[in-house]
Amino acid sequence: MDPREFDVDGVDNQWCPGCGNFSILRIMKQALAELGISPERLVFVSGIGQAAKFPHYLKCNYFNGLHGRSVPVAAAISAVNPELTVVCESGEGCNYGEGGNHFIHNIRRNPKFTHIVHDNMVYGLTKGQASPTSLKGMVTPVQVDGVILEPFNPLTVAIALDASFVARAYAGDQQQSVEIVKKALQHTGYALVDILQPCPSFNKLNTFQWFKEHVYYLEASHDPHDRQQGFKRACETEKLPLGIFYVNQKPAFHENLRIYKGNKVSLSDRPFHDLNKLVKLIESRE
Amino acid sequence: MKQPAKDDISIVLAGQAGQGIETIESVLVRILKHACYNVFATKEYMSRVRLGANSTEIRMSSKNKVNCYIDRIDLLVPLEKQSIARLKSRITASTIVLCDAEVFTGFGHHIDFQFTAMAEDVGGKIFTSTIAIGAVCGILGISIDLVASKVKKEFSDKKEEIVQKNMVALQKGYDAGAELATAGTVKFDVVTNACVAEDILINGAEAIALGAIAGGCNFISSYPMSPSTAVLSSLAEKSKIFDIIAEQAEDEIAAINMALGAWYAGARGMVTTSGGGFALMCEGVSLAGMIESPIVIHIGQRPGPATGLPTRTEQGDLNLALYAGHGVFPRIILAPGTIEDGFYLAQKAFNLAAKYQVPVFILSDQYYIDSYYNVLPFNLDGITIESGVVKTAKGYKRYALTSSGISPRGIPKNGDGLVLIDSDEHDEEGHITEDFSVRTAMVDKRLRKLANFKDDMVQPRFSGNTNYKFLVVSWGSTCNAIEEALAIIGDPAIAHLHFLQVYPIPPVTKRYLDKAKKTILVEGNATGQFGQLIKQELCVDIDRKVLKYSGEPFHVEELVAKIKKEAS
Repeated sequence: MDPREFDVDGVDNQWCPGCGNFSILRIMKQALAELGISPERLVFVSGIGQAAKFPHYLKCNYFNGLHGRSVPVAAAISAVNPELTVVCESGEGCNYGEGGNHFIHNIRRNPKFTHIVHDNMVYGLTKGQASPTSLKGMVTPVQVDGVILEPFNPLTVAIALDASFVARAYAGDQQQSVEIVKKALQHTGYALVDILQPCPSFNKLNTFQWFKEHVYYLEASHDPHDRQQGFKRACETEKLPLGIFYVNQKPAFHENLRIYKGNKVSLSDRPFHDLNKLVKLIESRE
Repeated sequence: MKQPAKDDISIVLAGQAGQGIETIESVLVRILKHACYNVFATKEYMSRVRLGANSTEIRMSSKNKVNCYIDRIDLLVPLEKQSIARLKSRITASTIVLCDAEVFTGFGHHIDFQFTAMAEDVGGKIFTSTIAIGAVCGILGISIDLVASKVKKEFSDKKEEIVQKNMVALQKGYDAGAELATAGTVKFDVVTNACVAEDILINGAEAIALGAIAGGCNFISSYPMSPSTAVLSSLAEKSKIFDIIAEQAEDEIAAINMALGAWYAGARGMVTTSGGGFALMCEGVSLAGMIESPIVIHIGQRPGPATGLPTRTEQGDLNLALYAGHGVFPRIILAPGTIEDGFYLAQKAFNLAAKYQVPVFILSDQYYIDSYYNVLPFNLDGITIESGVVKTAKGYKRYALTSSGISPRGIPKNGDGLVLIDSDEHDEEGHITEDFSVRTAMVDKRLRKLANFKDDMVQPRFSGNTNYKFLVVSWGSTCNAIEEALAIIGDPAIAHLHFLQVYPIPPVTKRYLDKAKKTILVEGNATGQFGQLIKQELCVDIDRKVLKYSGEPFHVEELVAKIKKEAS
């Protein structure tokens, strides 16, 4: 498939020039094309923020919902129709801040969707306040004396909760990121990819140069099935490792649901309830 | 001793949480129904798992349907002391009190019944509840075989030894009760009524859950909250028979977003919650308004603000349902009065949501949810599940501007089109827009959707003589108590108009109101929210208000007194 099949004509892109989102869009189109996933069976779910506008620029079905609430929407869609490829794509404020509770509990739920989190360590759309992953000391119009909260580490949280797929990528490296995203898309279950990206408009601390100096890839010898190793590597903060930290293939949410035991037809494709069965149930009541 | 009216007995059993009052209720009503009596039960309980004081009122009758709460107690069985204080005002000279001597010391006359001693005899206090079932059935002279079979069924998942001990306890209680009846100490003469044999016993929560299934509901996501949880657990239970995903969400915000995701993907979703949980869902209601998603929202009301009285009843969240969600968009609010209403309205709610692509509310309350009585099995003739989903073609526009305001709703992977929905203002395709004329067109389109709603409206239920002078106006769970009160008053000048669809207010309402010399609003909240809504929508003043907001349901006696007073 040609990645250009995912291009959307005539839409005015609202991202700033030089934004890392453009790289992530290229990465996603490439990964989808390589896997041959057609736009018709693809659903993107997003929240609010600059990253959340993503599905408007990629040909697909989409549900661009509320700030922080994309994860529960995605979980439900993939349970109602597991044949769809569901990607939940939004920023770190949306997913780790406003939607923190959904992030935690959907790792436990393990629904089948790929969770792409654009992580630029700053709030872009609201013009430069701290995000959950902002580094300590970063001065912003609100955090005037510098950020004093510990940065949120999505990878350690996810691995601590025994997430089924945990990865980190860097938007500046298209080739490697495509490979990581492809693996995530092929995973049956919840797959987190935290994608680091610069924000040239508002993050003057974590610039292209900064990322260049602060990211590196996990060694080929890293065993993603070793949870303790995965957790240990996710704890590193001096320099940020990239790659697939942890994989634990286990049944996805829908596979654990009674309706799919012995019947693989998507709920969305099943006939409505047999009302005769309901009549019988009602008549059998005491 | 003065005997109560023969055809209608009210039995109240009271005890601490954990003493099995709920079990007594569920077993006794089934026994009574099988013994061919009309039966009604409602419980009041504290927001705790152990101790405290809970009670259940069970009404039985031969001739008449019993379907609401009354104040009068004919037979009171308190299993501990604490409940007496709460029930004191309802105990009169004609109330027969059956209990251990120490429970009622200082309160007046009672019949000494050695529940504790008998239970200890069998093996411990735990058997008190079974003895109580036996005692009541013995007094009423119900066949021991029937009683034993129902009790056995209740304990069917218990060990044989436990079952046996309960049978011994039951017999002890039954014999002692029968003895009281034989001696004439306590005597009730309610004849049986074969007409109820075909009836089913059902409570409000289950009526709503079964109605939801009849409406095609196959997805429910909710966070447990009293008193609404029973709808969630009922649908979860039914998921063993029907294709239903019943998911306990991490919070109410997730619950409503999941339900919206489910509709988007092609399911028919609902949420169930109470006022406080619904407060968290308001943003999701607004989202449904913007993306034009169907959704069914059941709110089991309880008294607020904040945590309020978690296990009590009120009709205080009408305004919350009416105004929930920022921005302007249409909605429909239904409120069941009878058990049958719960079934048919829940069924209808799904078709309305699917057809008009708006949030549809079912507004019940704790009293409604927890009350049950015998009704004819629901009739599903003519009921169909209307999907409202179209197959999409290339170039499909989710928000196509139409004269009805309703755009054909597609779902992903059902045709060649793409389904684009956005919480931002959007164009016909579903892309973000900040174009002022598109914005105006979209607001108009959304508000147009209910313009042709007339045909599907649920009309208010009128009862009484058409030449009425006084009109009692009500909505929701107060329905049956008002009907019984009006039957007791027996004044042909008083009629009753009961609303099952509280919003939009059906246009026919004004005619009914204008005809009345005096309108009397009966509502379970402190300010008369529905009365205010009528005033706002129809410019008609409600003349008198009968309001209650103590946390208890209206009882028939107070309605008789208050309506009589206002209708003069």
